[in-house]
Amino acid sequence: MVQSLNRLKESPSQTAGPYVHIGLTPNFCGIPGVFEKDLGTDMVNDKTMGERITVRARVLDGTGAPLRDALIEIWQADAAGLYNSPTEIRGAADPNFTGWGRKATDMVSGECLFETIKPGRVPYKPGVLMAPHITFWIVARGINLGLQTRMYFADEEQANADDPVLARIEHRSRVPTLIAARLDDVYVFDIHLQGDKETVFFDI
Amino acid sequence: MSIDPKPNRQPEIGAFFQRDRSWHPPAFTPGYKTSVLRSPQKALLSLDNTISEITGPVFGHDMLGELDNDLIHNFAKPGESAIGERIIVYGRVLDERGKGVPGALLEFWQANAGGRYRHKKEGYIAALDPNFGGCGRTITDEDGSYAFRSIKPGPYPWPNGVNDWRPAHIHFSVFGHGFAQRLITQMYFEGDPLIWLCPIVRTIPDRAAVETLIAALDMQATIPMDARAYKFDIVLRGRRSSVFENRLEGN
Ligand SMILES: [Fe+3]
Repeated sequence: MVQSLNRLKESPSQTAGPYVHIGLTPNFCGIPGVFEKDLGTDMVNDKTMGERITVRARVLDGTGAPLRDALIEIWQADAAGLYNSPTEIRGAADPNFTGWGRKATDMVSGECLFETIKPGRVPYKPGVLMAPHITFWIVARGINLGLQTRMYFADEEQANADDPVLARIEHRSRVPTLIAARLDDVYVFDIHLQGDKETVFFDI
Repeated sequence: MSIDPKPNRQPEIGAFFQRDRSWHPPAFTPGYKTSVLRSPQKALLSLDNTISEITGPVFGHDMLGELDNDLIHNFAKPGESAIGERIIVYGRVLDERGKGVPGALLEFWQANAGGRYRHKKEGYIAALDPNFGGCGRTITDEDGSYAFRSIKPGPYPWPNGVNDWRPAHIHFSVFGHGFAQRLITQMYFEGDPLIWLCPIVRTIPDRAAVETLIAALDMQATIPMDARAYKFDIVLRGRRSSVFENRLEGN
């Protein structure tokens, strides 16, 4: 025998199930009055610095059908590339930007919209910047462990080409699965759970 | 969202321990049919945490309403209460190093005492309880502890096999201090024979892992003539020490 490391095991995940909205977006699913507002609804206010954008996201299953019962959370830096988090030690983030959003996908169209700003660049390690990106976390019925991925911006071609995370993707044909196209002020990001266009998900 | 400035507490900024994916359910679990078309099939891209995952939103106690941790009353008409077996659920949020996680946001949701959810897609014939909404939330104290009141949810049938029933359970969503710790899981109740029959429970490969999701009846934490108590601890990913790592400061 040797000494015990006294580590605990992470609690195992279980699916969020079909009724995740009751817990995380109760006002959205017809349970008003318990919480004033669903958490994560508003990321910006009129004083938020940076370029306003809308992100339109969908999650598609192995048949190409959009999930109408998914829940998406996003996390991103502010316009200056700082996170609104106590773990951010490089400086104070914009107090008028939460950096975190949560949306249920629409029960008919499967779409959800995030009103946010374009994030600044953040370091990968000292001296190396990542391209602007938004971190996604996706849960739904049938997803046993929340899926982590990232959205990059199609109009950041040079930054994307230099991005050290995108550079790690061995099969280059899969890189575009992480890049959202721009239509006017809207970035469109389709997350494919399976198939030829399966999104690159992260073990991070 | 407000951030509690704790000047005497240096934030921990290390990357998180690698997730043990053999302890979690795999994505593809055909016994749980919905997973078949919703499971990624390609290998995940493994990456050490960057600042995008080490950081995360933190929530202040000031966002909580007085009844947020009382599902017996938070949807009930004044003077009324939800029907069912009154319980207290309490425990701690810890990390893999055994340290309490303060300031963790816990959100929970559940069916009513008859096993019926308040949701438009819910098809079970059990009655709705007009005084039960089914959601609540709380934030852990300095040592990671939390507690809330509820009623014991009923088991319910669901369309998977022709006769599959969910054991009584409460869904939990947990925010630690980093987005990489984000976790959703479910709490089961000691002694429920349905646990071991459930296709969703059985997505977890290891029986010992399932046992960590079963709350223990604690007769020392009950309120006599009011509520029984169940203890449920939750473990989030631990952080590596950053003492010997290059810091991201100054970039
Ligand atoms: Fe459930």
